[in-house]
Amino acid sequence: MPRVTFNGIDVEVEAGSNLIDAAEAAGHEIPHYCYHPGLSVAGNCRMCLVEIKALSDKQDKPLPKLQIACNTVVQDGMIAESNNDRVAEAGRSVLEFLLINHPIDCPICDQAGECKLQEYYMEYGGYESRVDLDEKVLKAKATPIGPDVMLDQERCILCTRCVRFLDEVTGTHELTINERGDHTLLSLTEGAVLDNPYATNVVDICPVGALTSRKFRFQSRVWYLSSDDTICPGCATGCSIEVHSRGSEIFRVKPRNNPEVNGYWMCDYGRRVPSLLQGGERLSAHLKREQGRFLTRPVRTAVQYAASLLKDAGPVAVIVSPELSQEEAELLKQVAGLLGGEGCLVFRCEKPAFDDDELLISADRFPNQQGLQVLGMRSADGPPLDCSLAIVAGCDPAAAGPQWTDWLEGLDGLLVLDSHKTVTAAYADCLLAIATHFESGGTFINKDGLRQSFEAAISPPGDAVEGRVVLGWLVEELGSVAGVSASTTALESRLASA
Amino acid sequence: MTESANPERVLLHYLDQESDLCDIENYVADGGYATARRVLGDMSPGDVIDTVKESGLRGRGGAGFPTGMKWGFVARDTGKPVYLLCNADESEPGTFKDRLLIENDPHQLIEGMILSAYAIGSEKAFIYIRGEFRKGYDILCRAVEAARAQGFLGEKIFATEHAVDIVVHLGAGAYICGEETGLIESLEGKRAHPRIKPPFPAVQGLFGCPTIVNNVETLACVRHVMEKGPAWFKGIGPERSPGPKLFCVSGHVNKPGVFELPMGTSLRELIEVHAGGVANGRALKAVIPGGSSVPILSADEVDLAMDFDSVAAAGSMLGSAGVIVMDEDTDMVATLRTIAHFYHHESCGQCTPCREGTGWLETILLRLESGEGTEGDIETLYSVAGGMMGTTICALSDAAAMPVRSFLDKFRDDFLGSLAAVEG
Ligand SMILES: Cc1cc2nc3c(=O)[nH]c(=O)nc-3n(C[C@H](O)[C@H](O)[C@H](O)COP(=O)(O)O)c2cc1C
Ligand code: SF4
Ligand code: SF4
Ligand code: SF4
Ligand code: FES
Repeated sequence: MPRVTFNGIDVEVEAGSNLIDAAEAAGHEIPHYCYHPGLSVAGNCRMCLVEIKALSDKQDKPLPKLQIACNTVVQDGMIAESNNDRVAEAGRSVLEFLLINHPIDCPICDQAGECKLQEYYMEYGGYESRVDLDEKVLKAKATPIGPDVMLDQERCILCTRCVRFLDEVTGTHELTINERGDHTLLSLTEGAVLDNPYATNVVDICPVGALTSRKFRFQSRVWYLSSDDTICPGCATGCSIEVHSRGSEIFRVKPRNNPEVNGYWMCDYGRRVPSLLQGGERLSAHLKREQGRFLTRPVRTAVQYAASLLKDAGPVAVIVSPELSQEEAELLKQVAGLLGGEGCLVFRCEKPAFDDDELLISADRFPNQQGLQVLGMRSADGPPLDCSLAIVAGCDPAAAGPQWTDWLEGLDGLLVLDSHKTVTAAYADCLLAIATHFESGGTFINKDGLRQSFEAAISPPGDAVEGRVVLGWLVEELGSVAGVSASTTALESRLASA
Repeated sequence: MTESANPERVLLHYLDQESDLCDIENYVADGGYATARRVLGDMSPGDVIDTVKESGLRGRGGAGFPTGMKWGFVARDTGKPVYLLCNADESEPGTFKDRLLIENDPHQLIEGMILSAYAIGSEKAFIYIRGEFRKGYDILCRAVEAARAQGFLGEKIFATEHAVDIVVHLGAGAYICGEETGLIESLEGKRAHPRIKPPFPAVQGLFGCPTIVNNVETLACVRHVMEKGPAWFKGIGPERSPGPKLFCVSGHVNKPGVFELPMGTSLRELIEVHAGGVANGRALKAVIPGGSSVPILSADEVDLAMDFDSVAAAGSMLGSAGVIVMDEDTDMVATLRTIAHFYHHESCGQCTPCREGTGWLETILLRLESGEGTEGDIETLYSVAGGMMGTTICALSDAAAMPVRSFLDKFRDDFLGSLAAVEG
């Protein structure tokens, strides 16, 4: 691996990487706008200028001009510097150029708080303005350019990240650069609408507030949001994401770099998953049916009741959603074993049909179908008629028609675990309110067999508890503690002490 | 004032020739294409490169880069075609030499291109001609067709195994299309956004293939280097910057025009003798020696040899040798504002300092011109220009900034006067 000296510090860096990434690996930030590690190098913002004291072992003379770090590939013996007056002046000057025609929008701009213009100005700018407001070039403000994206041309710094994303990643070319000089405009290509399945990624990569999400605009200042890492449950790809929430409300999700799965991107459907999953009528209490009426019960009491309902009453069908985590599925399998139920099944919920695409979206709309298959579960077309008891976890067979509702009606006992009031819930003798994916920790096995763990991003409503915890208790009640994972026990004690 | 020894005109030979050299028969009768025939028959490409290196020919497009050395950078054995591009976009204010060569002696250029293409191993060459040069385009198209009909272009040219063909491409009219990588992008059908380097065109140019871009005059010179030999070429003008040179003289002179003179001819001789002196009997105030992009010289700096190194030593550049002469009545503030307007209009808009700086310069200069400027504006001009130099993808930004600094340095009183006019 090549060794470079950056700001006097020797670092070993990955061959082929550029100076921005190399410096970052060494703990130094080289400010930049146009460079994005997931896209080609454009070299247009000129924010990353550094001094090259030596190009390599062999060429050890300083280069006369400052060089852009984004287009400087590291070589053994390279000596580069960013902490001197010359580089500082270049950076200050580029920032000043960027801002002379920039609108004074910060108080009303959604990007405020996560804007690279604001950040770098505080870090590298800090000069007095030398232009009159009435001399600024005016361009079009808030213009919708697609179902989720709003464009403000005045705020655009013309870094072309969005253009390159649409040229290089999706190949859909909806955005382009028009005009010249300081009248240059970022705009839609003639006749285009920015509505491809990955469109909102341009909002994430826009370093300023030129491209904002129409759904997120004006919903919350970003500094009120907390960010938690998880995996998108939208399909079998399992993109790494960040969930941005306030209290128990999710405001947006963003992709999180995972070179093995999604790189820097995610699909727009994945961004809608939180509202699909968190919306609807939630179950926030554990219920027991008594004389036709549901009564609220404390969780442990409800679990005891569930155990008594199912124990020693014949084989139990367990119908599991491929949206549940591997931990939940494993516990359900254990439950089925304890109850002598071999009829462990996967049930597919009805969802809109998607096609596999070449980028990320998988035709398998479930995040953990692979995991269930690893556990030997199979997919079911119809109800297991030979069982008179059932556990339905995370899915809604009753919604699939009379074939299922007839069967559910005839059961001697039905335990439902769900986060939502499903059609099936109406048939339940006992209902355990569990957390959604975003409220749970666990593991998914994605379409390529990759195990990916995640933690809860927000807390569940009311009395609802993570499925893996309730199921751990159920296993316990059914007379065995064996197989309950250490993490479940740890979580349990955490919950108990909370 | 005496004229420096003026050897025969070679580049502007058409002026000394009765017949129309656009006609291939006349060109051939005048000895044309004999050099190409001989060289392709007898010499190896490497020998041609060595000959051009030996001649000391430096590029006439502006930067004065040694042509043979540039050719030597072509990536070899890539399995990809090599392209030769003739830069005929000539748009630098004050520059109008390439147009004459194209319109009056197109075969001189084509022959130079055949020789150059052969040297670098290119079987396909392009002439990228400025969009407004419609007449030159038509002439070139006819000339290329005629040469092809004679077997001078196409496959097996001059009855050898070699192939060279030329495509004439009409530009869409932007100054930035003359910057070599902007030209390449434009030729590929894209916006002329200059490319970041590396990679350099000689390694990855047109359609990702090794590419050499040369100016019209450079390629025309190649024809004469190969005909008359490197020693002849090197014998004209200074040793390190030799050869015949076209100087375009415009502005306040009695006889504006294009003059073919040895490199190193004095600027004073150029103005006073060849261009007939400053018009209307006025005194000289300033000269831009190499097109609008280069620093201005004051009247007391014109005893200067017009070659790449001497003009650079004087703090300016020979550039495209577009000499713009200004008399004593010239309003320097208005002149600089006009130049700034040009670059503001022509900046491609990619790089932050150039996109924003060119407009900012013009805004301030407009204020000065209208008598509303302040002394602070002058300091701002310096610092804006400073931020634009050496910080961008291509040299347009430097070209916009350099004149500003030199105008302010050399004609500061004119700028201060524009302030005093309102304050006093
Ligand atoms: C903004 C800009 C405009 C240019 N315009 C021209 C032009 O019109 N014609 C030209 O020959 N070179 C022009 N050049 C120089 C070319 O980039 C290139 O250096 C030249 O064509 C190389 O040819 P040469 O080596 O024969 O001089 C321009 C450069 C810049 C930065
Ligand atoms: S909209 Fe944003 S990402 Fe696109 S060019 Fe402008 S600043 Fe860059
Ligand atoms: S591709 Fe699948 S996993 Fe990735 S964001 Fe979209 S729905 Fe979520
Ligand atoms: S310096 Fe100016 S003209 Fe050249 S690439 Fe940058 S913005 Fe375009
Ligand atoms: S990040 Fe290097 S020029 Fe923009």
